[in-house]
Amino acid sequence: MHTVLSSATKKITIGHDQPFCLIGERINPTGRRIFQDQLRAGDLSAIERDVAAQVAGGATVLDVNMGVPLTDEPELLKKAIKLIQSLTDLPICIDSSVVEALEAGLSVYEGRALVNSITAEDDRMAEILPMVKHYGAAVVALPNDHDEIPMQADKRLVLTKKILDTAVDKYGLTLEDIVIDPLAMPIGADPTIVRTAYETMQRIRAEFGVNMTVGASNVSFGMPGRHTINATFLAMAITVGLTSAIMDTRTPQIVEAVKAADLLLGHDEWGASWISAHRAQQAAQKAAADALLQQALAP
Amino acid sequence: MTPDELLKTLYDETLLGNAPAVLALTQQGLDLGLTPESLLFDSLIPSLEEVGARFERGDYFVPEMLIAGRAMSGALALLRPLLAETGVQTVGTFVMGTVKGDVHDIGKNLVNIMLEGAGFHVIDLGVQVPPERFVEAINEYKPDIVGFSAFLTTTMPMFKANINALEKAGIRDQVVVMVGGAPVTQEYADAVGADAYAADASQTVKKAKDLIQKKRAMVSA
Repeated sequence: MHTVLSSATKKITIGHDQPFCLIGERINPTGRRIFQDQLRAGDLSAIERDVAAQVAGGATVLDVNMGVPLTDEPELLKKAIKLIQSLTDLPICIDSSVVEALEAGLSVYEGRALVNSITAEDDRMAEILPMVKHYGAAVVALPNDHDEIPMQADKRLVLTKKILDTAVDKYGLTLEDIVIDPLAMPIGADPTIVRTAYETMQRIRAEFGVNMTVGASNVSFGMPGRHTINATFLAMAITVGLTSAIMDTRTPQIVEAVKAADLLLGHDEWGASWISAHRAQQAAQKAAADALLQQALAP
Repeated sequence: MTPDELLKTLYDETLLGNAPAVLALTQQGLDLGLTPESLLFDSLIPSLEEVGARFERGDYFVPEMLIAGRAMSGALALLRPLLAETGVQTVGTFVMGTVKGDVHDIGKNLVNIMLEGAGFHVIDLGVQVPPERFVEAINEYKPDIVGFSAFLTTTMPMFKANINALEKAGIRDQVVVMVGGAPVTQEYADAVGADAYAADASQTVKKAKDLIQKKRAMVSA
């Protein structure tokens, strides 16, 4: 099962036999006061820094969310997507809860985007899936419905099946077009909540074989030592079928945990990527040391 | 154990979130002849206030806040009927709910716990609460404050819809409206005509207390 995303010039394949897909979460104004004010004033310069940092960190796809209250979100999202596509060839995950914003984003996007997101709610699917089909995009789907975010894996499986059946039978999408988000919630709020997420992943992998993504940083909300929790959460999730995550790609510890998991699961044959990343790091360290030495020796 | 020792131990065990000990000590305190008011205002509430302060300083984390709140809830279940008998005035009544279209409740539940911990009587309407249900609850419970929670930029506009519904029902002046949730900002709260915004659970408690004091001062003036 391969879900292919693309920009004008680059393809990324998400799959169970592929290296993990790292979707950078950073371009999102939620909880970023200064960024919100800048966006409201039409200043998109922070996006340039966020793109650079995430590309350098190892992101393979970039999530973009422009959910700033009291702004023209569709217009802002269009601008942001055009800007990002001028800066990088990484594919984009277009993230909004506003249908018009998703449509606006898709209309200017070059390539095959990932749309984030639908739920198992009929009205949400009816609004968004025809658009996904029209633009030839892929879509993230959350197995929650109108009533609740299910706390049991059973209910999440039922809703996953509903989403897949509806998308395929009613809207003419393929299973490759759907990326299920099995719902990862803060471990601090409930000690069993992440086990439920793992169980959901395992069963979705076994029963449907589709690709999955998750908002990984959620898991450590309200806890100290978030990087370690996030890194460990991802490494464990990968073993039960998670194939991508919307995650912090600027923190080496987290990205390295994912890369090590790829290596250990045989998705990085003979450690080629792992070893070349090591060499690149060595070279960068040596260059930095040389520069310091030159500085010290300068008259 | 002397009454003073008991109040101190109850305070410490609440801080640790040791629910069985908190329940047992509360009962023990009553048996010793301590009043429900004393157990509540001299031990449980100060302890939860300390939990909030530690959380704000970054010394306490979400699970610690949760278990402390739960420990206190257990004690409250025992004390509430007794407090009702003696007619003690609660800190205030708070009607809370996640707005229509939104099913997120983790943040709201944390806020509820801290409000209860501060001595508020909290009526939680759950998730997906339509405007008419808020109106009903306000008429039924006569709360001091109503809280609207939203986690999505698409459901935040329900704040305005709710406030409109309160106005239409002629009860907007009877309650203080507080709003919150991940994407919500002070500017947004102002734009929809809410009375207050709080960024997290302990801030909600502080602002709620201030607002009630102001409200009561205005009424008595």
